[in-house]
Amino acid sequence: MDLTRREEQLLNGAEGDAISSAYRILSAVGEATSASKLVPIEWAHISGVNYNTIGEAGRRFLEEFCLDAKVQVKTTINPMGFDRDNTSSISQDFIHKQMSIVNSYKSIGVKDSFTCTPYEAYHLPKTGSFVSLAETNAAVFANSMLGLLTNKESALSALASAITGKAPLSELRINELRTPKHTIISSLEMDSELSYGLLGYFAGKEIKASSVSLNGVQIRGIREAKALSAGIGTMGDLGMFSLNSESKGEVISFGKSEARSTRDDLNSAERGDIILFGSPQLGLPELNLLAKDTEGKKFTKPCFIFCARQIHNQAKSTGLVDRLERTGAKFMCDCCICLTPLVTKQNADSVVTNSVKGAYYMNNANKLNVALQDSKSITKEYMT
Amino acid sequence: MRIKCQKIVGGHAIGDAIVTRQPINFLTMIDSATGKISYQNHELFGKSVKGSVLVFPKAVGSSVGAYRIYAMKAASAAPVAVVCTEQADIITASGCAISNIPMVKIANAFAQVSFESGLRLSIDATNEEIVIMRNK
Repeated sequence: MDLTRREEQLLNGAEGDAISSAYRILSAVGEATSASKLVPIEWAHISGVNYNTIGEAGRRFLEEFCLDAKVQVKTTINPMGFDRDNTSSISQDFIHKQMSIVNSYKSIGVKDSFTCTPYEAYHLPKTGSFVSLAETNAAVFANSMLGLLTNKESALSALASAITGKAPLSELRINELRTPKHTIISSLEMDSELSYGLLGYFAGKEIKASSVSLNGVQIRGIREAKALSAGIGTMGDLGMFSLNSESKGEVISFGKSEARSTRDDLNSAERGDIILFGSPQLGLPELNLLAKDTEGKKFTKPCFIFCARQIHNQAKSTGLVDRLERTGAKFMCDCCICLTPLVTKQNADSVVTNSVKGAYYMNNANKLNVALQDSKSITKEYMT
Repeated sequence: MRIKCQKIVGGHAIGDAIVTRQPINFLTMIDSATGKISYQNHELFGKSVKGSVLVFPKAVGSSVGAYRIYAMKAASAAPVAVVCTEQADIITASGCAISNIPMVKIANAFAQVSFESGLRLSIDATNEEIVIMRNK
């Protein structure tokens, strides 16, 4: 990858260590993805906010790195470990470490978004803009649904892009490389958001490329698009899907048996002790659907709804929060299912969720068993 | 034996290879305090990457994996060098860049060499050359 003379100077430390480190990261990523050069970006979204994900090494790294850095573009950040307004079940030690990370990020000028769905809570750059998004569901959603151009960035590459305002011109930032050369033909009746999550997870595991065409699939609403994007982003290389492109190259089928074996990979319990909605965090359309399905009923197990604070505030003003809280469900803002300290082996053996991504992390990071069911069947089975 | 490779992060290191054909999710599959693979379904389960040359296809999964590479380095549990045999992915590249771990990519790796754990490798990322110093 070619750097300009100015970029070379910055790499060599002309403006301090943080900028120099950022250019080191961008240079490595540029080499890795065969980029020709760096291009300006319009928006960055950083992951690696929850203390449970980056740990003490990450916390210390940010403490030092953020001393002489400032973001150059609009920058949003991922969920943290807990709800800032509801810390009763969180240890003082965790709160202290988490807030240290939050303060580091705030000091470089990020928005205190704490969301994995920034595309629902913030004003977006215009279609065709280069962006740099680390949260995997957001990268897939932005490429596929919004016409923004991003690679599936890492926590560190998005941070580097935020403070330099630049990203490598490679892979999904190049129009020709966005055209899929792999196709999945689905014969499954996509009867719930869970089907979309399973298709996404299957695609991410099977397709070794950055872009895929999904044929025989329609997206009726944002809930399906989010479930699909999150499923795709959970594992593998895929950073983009398109629907019903002309099929060429490798073609793979997805039907009942593929859906069943994908679910078997992630489903490790028959029932759950705690109900979790929201990986990705729920937006207004999903809250509305859930309110409709739960009207006049009560959850028989503890139920947590994860959503961005901005979304919660909007839902509060229309009465939607009150309607959902009458079912016994509790809202959790600023955080999400993935690696949450809220749900551990101490308070549950198993959870139930409609999120494929949430199921993956509950199984593999929180080490809990998971019953994976669609929203409709959860509200049927776990309510009176 | 000398093999050409592509530099992703410069530097030079010598170590014994630990080899897998399965991708790694650095967030969920590895204990960054010890470098041990903690994911039961991974073929390297129970083995440690600490001090070795990690030869693997690519990283998958969480974007936060990059921080886990850095955390291994901070705990002196990181590999001394990394060789990607399928794809030099963004997670590994950014994690190695910030941790000063030499990283290279080899095209058609297994067609060129039968990489197996225990080979002693010299990874000269800066000059884009791998030398097999000792067979198993």
